[in-house]
Amino acid sequence: MKKVFERPRSLRNVPTHYCAGCGHSLAHRLICEVIDELGIREDTIAVCPVGCAVIAYEYWDFDCSEAAHGRTPCVATGIKRVHPDKIVFSYQGDGDLAAIGTAEIIHTANRGENITVIFINNGVYGMTNGQMAPTTLIGQRTSTTPQGRDVLRDGYPLKITELLAQLPGSRYVERVSVDTPSNVIKAKAAIKKAFRNQIEKKGFSLVEVLSPCPTYWGLSPKDACLRISGEMVKDFPLGVIKDA
Amino acid sequence: MAKIMMCGNEVIGEAAVHAGCTFYSGYPITPQNELTQYMASRMTESGGTFIQAESELAAINMVFGAAAAGARAMTSSSSPGISLKQEGISYLAACQLPAVIVNMMRGGPGLGNIAPSQADYFQATRGGGHGDYRTIVLAPSAVEEAWHLTHLAFDLADEYRNPVLILGDGILGQMMEPIEVVRKHLHGKMANHDMRHKPWALTGCKGRKPNVIRSLYLGEGELEELNRLLQMKYSMVKSKEVRFESLYTEDSDLVVVAYGTTSRIVRSAISKARQERLHVGMLRPVTLWPFPEAELQKLANKARAFLVVEMSAGQMVDDVKLSVLGKKPIHFYGRAGGGIPTEAALLDIIRDILRPRSRNRVRV
Ligand SMILES: Cc1ncc(C[n+]2csc(CCOP(=O)(O)OP(=O)(O)O)c2C)c(N)n1
Repeated sequence: MKKVFERPRSLRNVPTHYCAGCGHSLAHRLICEVIDELGIREDTIAVCPVGCAVIAYEYWDFDCSEAAHGRTPCVATGIKRVHPDKIVFSYQGDGDLAAIGTAEIIHTANRGENITVIFINNGVYGMTNGQMAPTTLIGQRTSTTPQGRDVLRDGYPLKITELLAQLPGSRYVERVSVDTPSNVIKAKAAIKKAFRNQIEKKGFSLVEVLSPCPTYWGLSPKDACLRISGEMVKDFPLGVIKDA
Repeated sequence: MAKIMMCGNEVIGEAAVHAGCTFYSGYPITPQNELTQYMASRMTESGGTFIQAESELAAINMVFGAAAAGARAMTSSSSPGISLKQEGISYLAACQLPAVIVNMMRGGPGLGNIAPSQADYFQATRGGGHGDYRTIVLAPSAVEEAWHLTHLAFDLADEYRNPVLILGDGILGQMMEPIEVVRKHLHGKMANHDMRHKPWALTGCKGRKPNVIRSLYLGEGELEELNRLLQMKYSMVKSKEVRFESLYTEDSDLVVVAYGTTSRIVRSAISKARQERLHVGMLRPVTLWPFPEAELQKLANKARAFLVVEMSAGQMVDDVKLSVLGKKPIHFYGRAGGGIPTEAALLDIIRDILRPRSRNRVRV
């Protein structure tokens, strides 16, 4: 009989702490599948974020570093420059990448740093109790926008990925989602491409993953997925934004 | 052996390359720009990495990554920039990563000015960032000494897996002094620092279990255990790495305690005072942390009084007090905000303490 499904070698066989329906566990798995398929587990060094994925290194079976909130791309830069032939990726939430670490991600992309960035956009700060993120939609209720995000008070959702695509240093930027099986397959292909780019020394690649947060969206896992295709993609359309 | 004229900032840069530093990232700030500029050309020449970061935050976190990857890494800045680096320094200490951080202090608080100062003493010796941690702090007083202490800084950082600070000021950084070095070492290719002795470093997990660099410990008692281990390490550093210089302390009624640039002014005031047969000497801490407590305790049994001189409103004076434990009076003279103590002012104070007249004295 042919085996059609198994746990990736790079993913440890342990239960995760993620809430039911959270996109982080899916994204973790996709990254591990890609690393296995590319045969780079022993050459990979990850930089884990501050946020819900703070203990990603408990689940990933390769070398990992912690980073201070938002400084993830700087730590990745330091590692990559010391080991230019290793595969270095940073994993960041929208608080990490689009708020406290905005300067760091812009300059890392602009330097054309040959790293891979996986950017999980769940539109909230999950770990600290579901506060507004830069990517929170207009009108969306969070613990710090109890009446809904108000443009006059809170500004607009930040399309950081489109912004990064403007930079000559960024090579490949794509937005994907993990809300449906077919989108999961596309997400994996994008992640694979972002890693392959690094192997081929093509430069900075980033994959933004629209990811459900049932807990802080106040929705069931199924409705959280429906919210991505129904609302979120209007502000954050899926697809390749740049492939230079 | 040839003597060459170099400024302190450049000498620290050259010594770093010579010590096997292969990674430097920094952000410009006066009075340490010569160091950043020096590293820009030397790192490129010697096959290392130089990055002009977008901020001090970025610079120290790049150093964090490079250190985690096993390289000898350095960054430098001056006071306002060091405040920003404190985030990274706390993480380096928590993750037990070796790195060298140079602070050429300037007048503060705030933007302050670019004059020499020693007002970051508390920040340097008390940890500076959040949490229970210490950094080893080396305070050179001359360009030649900066050469040796930079080598020492990298060695101590690796040995204890801890950040090490080199604390100087604008005078040390920018003044030129002759330094005796083996000429062939200068501008040569650096010795590639051996990473094999860093089994904890992130190099890809080929042939071993994955390494994790982390400071997050959520399990019951885990973080307390890390802190216990850190404190044990700091006790070891305290017992083994205290360094200081004494001048005439054997027969001194008055011991002046000063470090870095200030100690040079004290030195010349003391030699004038000695000509007047005043029994005055100096204790110059070379390591500000660990502080030469035991030596001061010993001196407290012999000397009549202490005088602390600093380019600050009085920060090291706390450590001197904690060492002398109330046994003898402690006087303080300081200039804050970029003022520099003069030899004449010091001589006056020394005379006044040793041959008391009616004048009011500063006593703390
Ligand atoms: C300097 C600093 N500020 C604030 C925090 C608190 N904090 C931890 S996680 C987080 C938000 C993370 O949000 P995001 O990056 O979107 O990740 P998520 O938890 O949603 O996966 C914040 C503000 C911190 N750890 N460090």
